[in-house]
Amino acid sequence: MASLDRTARAFLLSELVAGFALTLKYMFKPKVTVNYPYEKGPLSPRFRGEHALRRYPNGEERCIACKLCEAICPAQAITIEAEPRDDGSRRTTRYDIDMTKCIYCGFCQEACPVDAIVEGPNFEFSTESREELMYNKDKLLANGDRWESLISANLQSDAAYR
Amino acid sequence: MYADLIQFFTTNWLGQAIVILAQCLAVTVPLLVAVAYMTYVDRKVWASIQLRRGPNVVGPFGLLQPFADGLKLVLKETIVPSSANGILFIVAPMITFMTALVAWAVVPFDDGWVIADINVGILYLFAISSLGVYGIIIAGWASNSKYAFLGALRSAAQMVSYEVSIGFVLVTVMLCVGSLNLSDVVLAQSGWFWSWFWLPLLPMFVIFFVSALAETNRTPFDLPMSEAELVAGFHTEYSAMTFGLFFLGEYANMILLSAMGAVLFLGGWMSPVPYAPFTLVPGVVWFALKIAFLLFVFSWTKGTLPRYRYDQLMRLGWKVFLPVSLGWLVLTAAVLQFGGWVPKP
Repeated sequence: MASLDRTARAFLLSELVAGFALTLKYMFKPKVTVNYPYEKGPLSPRFRGEHALRRYPNGEERCIACKLCEAICPAQAITIEAEPRDDGSRRTTRYDIDMTKCIYCGFCQEACPVDAIVEGPNFEFSTESREELMYNKDKLLANGDRWESLISANLQSDAAYR
Repeated sequence: MYADLIQFFTTNWLGQAIVILAQCLAVTVPLLVAVAYMTYVDRKVWASIQLRRGPNVVGPFGLLQPFADGLKLVLKETIVPSSANGILFIVAPMITFMTALVAWAVVPFDDGWVIADINVGILYLFAISSLGVYGIIIAGWASNSKYAFLGALRSAAQMVSYEVSIGFVLVTVMLCVGSLNLSDVVLAQSGWFWSWFWLPLLPMFVIFFVSALAETNRTPFDLPMSEAELVAGFHTEYSAMTFGLFFLGEYANMILLSAMGAVLFLGGWMSPVPYAPFTLVPGVVWFALKIAFLLFVFSWTKGTLPRYRYDQLMRLGWKVFLPVSLGWLVLTAAVLQFGGWVPKP
């Protein structure tokens, strides 16, 4: 009897029909894909994206060229050169990040005593050439100016947990 | 004036050539557009089954995606491997593509809408679809690559195996119709949609459809394409438009086999209900709808089933489909003979 049952099932393709019914049902379910370029998923305030060098509200750059970020960077992506400025304060003359080396670990941000180097919320910075990914100080400061409002809001919301 | 024109197009050799050319274009151009949109529908159906969106960026609802893909294939460089046989390497995709198109000459789109209304239409279709294997074998051999060669052998063995059961299915339909002319096949199915051959010959319809999947190398029989084992099967070494021709040929073959299914089992251009307003809809529309339905089932299958193993595929072809279709052929013949339903020629 069992073998008859099995044979009948095999010839009536009942399993195939069940499978097809399932996929047909799924066809009409709502889609789960985020419609990416037009619609984005939520980002944590701790998200580690593109780097930025921040400024104080008065326009003075925060970085004091302590080189802690350069020292801690596990990928050795950061290169800093520093000199005293005319007014006697210690500033960087060169602050380069090789974005092709960077592993986005966020250690530079952790190490920074003045919250100067941060990893912002921007993750859409693809380029058409490798050279464009060698960020210099101007580029990083420009990033800081561009993303400052979001970066400071994120830092503030995360400050309680640090 | 009109009489002159009619005379020119019916008797003058140039006029006749122009008419034949126009007929070919009238079939080929919509077919190629259908192929383009079949790729789009395929991707949309698979996406929906997997709860994704599918192409939706190029044009409204991604409707221009197939043309973007086609343009990409045309603009890319055709790479001929240095160890390949140059001539055969280029000829193979052309053979695949042309055999897929040539078969359309005998397909009736509506009552009398056939390029060549020959009396051996079914045999012609069967012969042409067998010729398609040559393109694949030649491609695999000319590539001079082990993956392409193994893939080509697999495809060829698979297509040959399943052609046997398709042959028996065709013979069964021939028995019920009493003619090899495809228009006669459709006319023999006139009436309500349950008098089409899909219901009286249901097991044969299922066997035909599954064999059609195997014949066109579609899931669950897309072994030639099994990436993990054979990279991309017989078209491993192909790029740009030579690959594009294989792709077009494959999809044109799918549409051809759907058209065959529509003609043999779903009543061709007949409307499902033999009364107005359904009969007022042009037969071409019904025919296109039936093809579209079968094509949807093709992509639905791809979204549902996993891939067969090679020995399972061969077992299904030779040990299940061959005996079942042969048995059903004998049964049909017996029922026709002893039931007194043998069609009069």
